[in-house]
Amino acid sequence: MTLAHFLAVNPPYWVETLTKIGIGLVAVLLPTGALVYLFLFKMMSFMQSRLGPMEAGPYGQLQLLAEFGKFLQKEDIFPSKADRFVFAAAPFVVLVSTFMLVLVLPAGPDTHFIDLNTGIYFAMAVSSISVIGILMAGWGSASKYSLLGGIRAAGQLIAYELPLVLSVVGVVIMAGTLNMKGIVAAQADFGVWFIIPQFLGFLIFLVAIQAELTQPPFDMPVAESELVTGYLTEYSGIRFLLFFIGEFATAAVFSAIGATLFLGGWTIPFVDANAEIMDYIGPLVLAGKMILIAFLIFWFRITYPRFREDQLQRLAWKFLIPLSLFNIVVTAIFKVVF
Amino acid sequence: MTDMTADLDINNSEQLRYIAAQAADARVNVELETEGMTLNIGPQHPATHGTLRIVARLDGEQVISAEPIMGYMHRGYEKLTEVRTYPQVTTLINRIDWVGSFANEVPFILAAEELMEVEAPPRAQYIRTALFEMGRIANIMLFLGDMAVQLGGVTAIFYAFRDREFVLNQIESVTGGRFHPNFNRIGGVKDDLPAGWIKETKSSMQKVRDFCDEMEDLVVGNEIFQSRCRGVGVIPADVATSYGLSGANLRASGVDWDLRRDAESPLAWKDLDWKVWTHPDGDSFSRYWVRLQETREATYMVEQLLDGLPTGPIMAKVPRIIKVPAGESYVQTENPLGAMGYYVISKGELTPFRVKIRTASFSNMSISPWLLEGVYVPDIATILASLYFILGDIDR
Amino acid sequence: MTATEDAVQEEAATDPVREAIAQSFADELGDGFIAQHINPGSDLWIRIAASSWVDAARFARDKLGMNWIDFISAIDWMPNPYGREMEAEQDWVVHGGGPNDKDESDAEKMTTGVTGGDTRFQMFMRLYSTEEHIGVTIKADVPDEAPAIETLIPVFVGASWHEREVWEMFGIDIIGHPDKRVLYLPTGFEGNPMRKDFPLVARRVKPWPGIVDVEAMPGDGDGDGDSAADAATDAEDAS
Repeated sequence: MTLAHFLAVNPPYWVETLTKIGIGLVAVLLPTGALVYLFLFKMMSFMQSRLGPMEAGPYGQLQLLAEFGKFLQKEDIFPSKADRFVFAAAPFVVLVSTFMLVLVLPAGPDTHFIDLNTGIYFAMAVSSISVIGILMAGWGSASKYSLLGGIRAAGQLIAYELPLVLSVVGVVIMAGTLNMKGIVAAQADFGVWFIIPQFLGFLIFLVAIQAELTQPPFDMPVAESELVTGYLTEYSGIRFLLFFIGEFATAAVFSAIGATLFLGGWTIPFVDANAEIMDYIGPLVLAGKMILIAFLIFWFRITYPRFREDQLQRLAWKFLIPLSLFNIVVTAIFKVVF
Repeated sequence: MTDMTADLDINNSEQLRYIAAQAADARVNVELETEGMTLNIGPQHPATHGTLRIVARLDGEQVISAEPIMGYMHRGYEKLTEVRTYPQVTTLINRIDWVGSFANEVPFILAAEELMEVEAPPRAQYIRTALFEMGRIANIMLFLGDMAVQLGGVTAIFYAFRDREFVLNQIESVTGGRFHPNFNRIGGVKDDLPAGWIKETKSSMQKVRDFCDEMEDLVVGNEIFQSRCRGVGVIPADVATSYGLSGANLRASGVDWDLRRDAESPLAWKDLDWKVWTHPDGDSFSRYWVRLQETREATYMVEQLLDGLPTGPIMAKVPRIIKVPAGESYVQTENPLGAMGYYVISKGELTPFRVKIRTASFSNMSISPWLLEGVYVPDIATILASLYFILGDIDR
Repeated sequence: MTATEDAVQEEAATDPVREAIAQSFADELGDGFIAQHINPGSDLWIRIAASSWVDAARFARDKLGMNWIDFISAIDWMPNPYGREMEAEQDWVVHGGGPNDKDESDAEKMTTGVTGGDTRFQMFMRLYSTEEHIGVTIKADVPDEAPAIETLIPVFVGASWHEREVWEMFGIDIIGHPDKRVLYLPTGFEGNPMRKDFPLVARRVKPWPGIVDVEAMPGDGDGDGDSAADAATDAEDAS
């Protein structure tokens, strides 16, 4: 998106850059906060027959700020044997991958940070950077629990990267482009959102992002009843907060990617996708669809117990990957035939 | 330690331990050129809900050996009972299994009554039995939620705590104590039931049954829960008995034995119509399943007890200052965690001469080194949760 | 108790099942079998020689179907050497006597429970049949000098922890136990806490309030006469 588009003037380069950084922060933190408040605080509480936060602000709405302040105040503890640089850098690596994912998300015909021709390819690629951050956290903490958690996370993320990418391939075949905006446009042209023809792909995508996010039932890396909290065990204060933001921001971004790929992105049926008004309501529509998918993610998270490591790998390699390959083949056949 | 094999003594534990550790390391080293890892789980760890410590030697995710270390909460109750009068002892033994406390008092009181040749009136026995079963419900409901939490399903425990409150409120309104009733007296119970209690209790029993149905849907019917539990931590019946396992752990291994049905007891179980649940598999899932059925069964038992509640006094005639005649008695009851017994030796004084407290969790946990050998790290949580121990019940 | 229940008691005064079990132990162990005690309809105790300890357990498991190990523990029959000192002042009112009023004769006459006994320490275990629903308590004297007994682990694997507890709490050596480490006590703890001559420090430092409620119960103390609390107060006033 260009600022000129909104302001009708051409600002200097540095103003535009700063503005983009600001918008980027808002684009990551606002949905994250919304997810945490809506789902983690309120929906989870209601599902567990309790009220959740009620004291801070009306209906507990300021609880997020309170939590934020709490984490900022806490001591930033380094374990005495930790590899200090690796330990300190790990949360930022995780966060970087999340921020880079947002770059390619289109939220309107002209509302986007960059319009890469290989957008979805780029997204899938940078999403794996978080593995490195998690491994760094596991190794740098100099704790056995963290190490086990980090290694589990690495094994799991690599295993579920494959079905994630393969489930997207079906959409890419149908759209005929790797460009995210192109995929949205293709859905508008196709008539129905890709969730209908690619329902199997959507299911695989959901399972795979659940695993990528290490949310239950795939939360083996942070299994609190065995590994305390896995690679997060030794983190406190601001660094824990960064991991926390990273986790839920990634949930938000993956939901948004899912909304873009399967639910038509910023478009609304029977409204011209390229109308100028869509630049303004597009982000809201996308946020709405993102919350729909995030609801599913959190619903599973709150309901299910977790898989064991071997069961989780078996599910990925023996079930999801063959299934997604099957999906690709079927999609390709239909594409060629029709 | 230089020449371990020269004078190898099969009975020397340190030597055997050393050799086993070396062999385990050597095997791991040769295969993968890696080292085994010792993981110290506890004493402060979410899986141990208390202060249990488990030293596990790991080969990757696999447990080579696991050794529970306890005593972090040993309070020496057997010694302390020797300097307390009989009525004072119940205050102590309430704290053994602190989630189903009422059931702890009963066997001790029965043992003392047996020595004194006093028998509580029928109404007192019915009240005791009803509260005993409610203590069981309160105890096992915690397990039903906790096991799911150990497997990562956090929601179940909130339901458990929510619905357990109905039972605890009822216990509290009779005894005045939610966790530590201290309500039994030698020769009866302290008070009669308050007005309206029977009706409220029946409705709370209905809520417990609703909770059981909910758990059946949310936990037992869940495929992930089943795949985590089925075939994990299998205990054959003969191993179970030779380790002295009891309660649902034993019945889940197919041993049809319940002290409520199979032992002579002055309590009112013999008047009830109920069923002992067993399961042939002996794995973690069957232990959960048996406990779930027992909870539901217990609600029906409470209802039957309240329907058939006899009228009459609640205390037998006992002297104000209780001196128990010399003798020995052993009374064991089927407590929520398993068979719990008190071996009381009296010399005709105000205080017991010796009290041996047989707790269920102690024996139930003694199987854990055998059971944890060769499992994966996640199964440690499953197995420990399914054995269901209360730390106070192990450490006494 | 009604008349019919009395009749049941009369009938149960002989207990053929438990007598048969005791007899079979006597036949099997021969000289190792020392005494028996039957509480009709309720319980069975036998006392055996320490040398027959493992044999008795194996016999009970294999031939009598007593497959379930309940517990193994020990008893220290020595009378409390601290005497009345361990009790509270109020208790003297009830019993009579005072802090230094140690009954010397007690120390000499050591009474040893239902099946008797010759030594200070006695091991006892309880086995149970999950099929027949009948249990037996087996006792064995262990020598005063260097108390020791053989391990039951070859018969019941679950004996291990029970025996570790006995070993640390009573100082009775378990011969052949492969894993003799402290179970409850901290490493390096000195003494055997469950022995009667191991002082309970808390009780020695500060007397326990005793059997009588410290605060008078409602209704007590205004003249119903039998209140021990009144008596205690009176005793304090007098001294």
